[in-house]
Amino acid sequence: MSEISKPDVELEQEMKSKIRSVGGEFDSSKRSASFLQVDQEVKIASTRFKDVEVMGIRQAIEKYDWLDDYLWKAVDRKKDEYTKFVDVEDVNGYFIRAMPGAKVEVPVEACLYLRKLGWKQKVHNIVIAEEGSELNIISGCASHPGVTSGMHVGISEFYVKKNAKITFTMIHSWEKDIEVRPRSATIVEDNGVFISNYVLMNPVKVVQMYPVANLIGENSTAIFSSIIVALSDSLIDAGSKVVLRGEGSSAEILSRTISKGGTIIARGHISGESPDARGHLECRGLMLSDDGVIHAIPELQAKFPNVDLSHEAAIGKIAEEEIFYLMSRGLTRDEATAAIIRGFMDIDIKGLPEFLKREIDKAISLVEKEIIT
Amino acid sequence: MDILRAINLGIKVNGKKVLENINIYIQEGQTVVLFGPNGSGKSSLISSIIGNPRYSVYDGRILFKGRNITDMPTDERVKMGIGIGFQTPPKVSGVKLSDALKFCARIGGTEDKIDEYAKLLNMKSMMDRSLNDGFSGGEIKRSELLQLLLLNPDFVMLDEPDSGVDLENIAIIGNAIKKMLQRDKPQAERKKSGLIITHTGHILKYVDADYGMILHRGRIGCIGNPYSILDSISKDGYEGCIKKCLKFPNLM
Repeated sequence: MSEISKPDVELEQEMKSKIRSVGGEFDSSKRSASFLQVDQEVKIASTRFKDVEVMGIRQAIEKYDWLDDYLWKAVDRKKDEYTKFVDVEDVNGYFIRAMPGAKVEVPVEACLYLRKLGWKQKVHNIVIAEEGSELNIISGCASHPGVTSGMHVGISEFYVKKNAKITFTMIHSWEKDIEVRPRSATIVEDNGVFISNYVLMNPVKVVQMYPVANLIGENSTAIFSSIIVALSDSLIDAGSKVVLRGEGSSAEILSRTISKGGTIIARGHISGESPDARGHLECRGLMLSDDGVIHAIPELQAKFPNVDLSHEAAIGKIAEEEIFYLMSRGLTRDEATAAIIRGFMDIDIKGLPEFLKREIDKAISLVEKEIIT
Repeated sequence: MDILRAINLGIKVNGKKVLENINIYIQEGQTVVLFGPNGSGKSSLISSIIGNPRYSVYDGRILFKGRNITDMPTDERVKMGIGIGFQTPPKVSGVKLSDALKFCARIGGTEDKIDEYAKLLNMKSMMDRSLNDGFSGGEIKRSELLQLLLLNPDFVMLDEPDSGVDLENIAIIGNAIKKMLQRDKPQAERKKSGLIITHTGHILKYVDADYGMILHRGRIGCIGNPYSILDSISKDGYEGCIKKCLKFPNLM
């Protein structure tokens, strides 16, 4: 593999450690490509593999005329005030593309960073996995320590071509007065696979998002998994929707939500709009305090008789019996509680590479103390 | 040396008395079998000894190795050397058997034995499963024993380790308990003590006990040779056995 370019930007220590907390890795040998945008400015856009293209979206628009076929094609540009807010000249974001047949296991890292207090970050991302290719993306979105207010609005459009696969893992870490409104949509063609993982555990004012995967291809698959913790004064309205249009397409939506005083609306929607479509939705909530709300809204819709859709939803507190059981194995009450919460968040995501599991585990362990005590 | 002493112990569950005036004395190296009909309070007794907060001590006290543990949290009792094997442990989603074994080995100082004991109890294939989630009856018993072997307690309480277990499993389980309680060693060398609840007495075929007790209507009724008690229960039932005991009080 040839090294095309190398990040040579000097970043502040504080920024580096914050980026690390959302899966960032500054050892470039562990990433196939890297992208970093701070506020509106692209700081790093580099790739080590010629089969993976990474650049700022503005550069990509200049370079490729055909990008018009992708911009605002998955997400409706007039969807709401936030899509309109991003639809402006100074928008930035990443363009990531895997060339046909390229199987890139080493992850691409894409980080969107809010540095300036009160800044409203506007982002438009395009990710394309060409036919037969595979892409692993870790996307960390974070704000600088002390940047307690601001906004992040990001449009992301994913295109999974025939026989291609995208695994997209997004870890968020914001501050208490930041408002976050991603708008994402994915189009999956024949035999394509889209796996999306989302982790949010820090305080935030509002996160509101409802990414949609349109499975237009035959036997296409989408799996959405999310682990969300809402601390006091956070409002998190997050879910995933999958529209099964291709024959034999299938979907799985898993969510684990924990309220420690915050409000969570856990949505999920699977719409079976083709013969033999299959889908399962599972949302589980854990209430850790008397304040806070978890509102689970699982929705299923079938438009053909031989569609197979199911869901399970459950919200509860930690069972005293389970804490006692683990205490009888020598764990203190706090250790037992921590083990149970950790177990609750441990979702077995099919097809998730081991290093991504490690990143998710790392994010969990960083905030574990706050959740438990 | 004293291992466990319950003195005039009285236990309530949800405000209702379930055990009254219980006196038990178990020495180092001794294994005791506890008989009794359903609902007689056998499980309540061992639950209160391990410190399950549902069981409140309204009278008397519990001493372990000479120390009053009546108000001690469960984990501290475990760290002092008490172990318990449950009859129907709860399932704990997401906490894997391998995690639980690590917790136990940390207390027991048996980190290097995890693999060996897992093989011994035929649990190698269950390591990545959530604790007790979808375990069969035999698997639950084996998992409880495996955790206890690693916990390596000085005093172990077992709640019906032989109930609902098929012939193949009872041998695995019986031999593991025998090893854990050092019943394969000469009496003078035994350091481990045990309290085993059994309905059927099947476990006595594998693990010999020093004496037996009957718990009846919340009180200790008989104390004596475990095999004679078992024999007497099968002939005369619990009631009949207790009546005889009262006529010929055991002097132990």
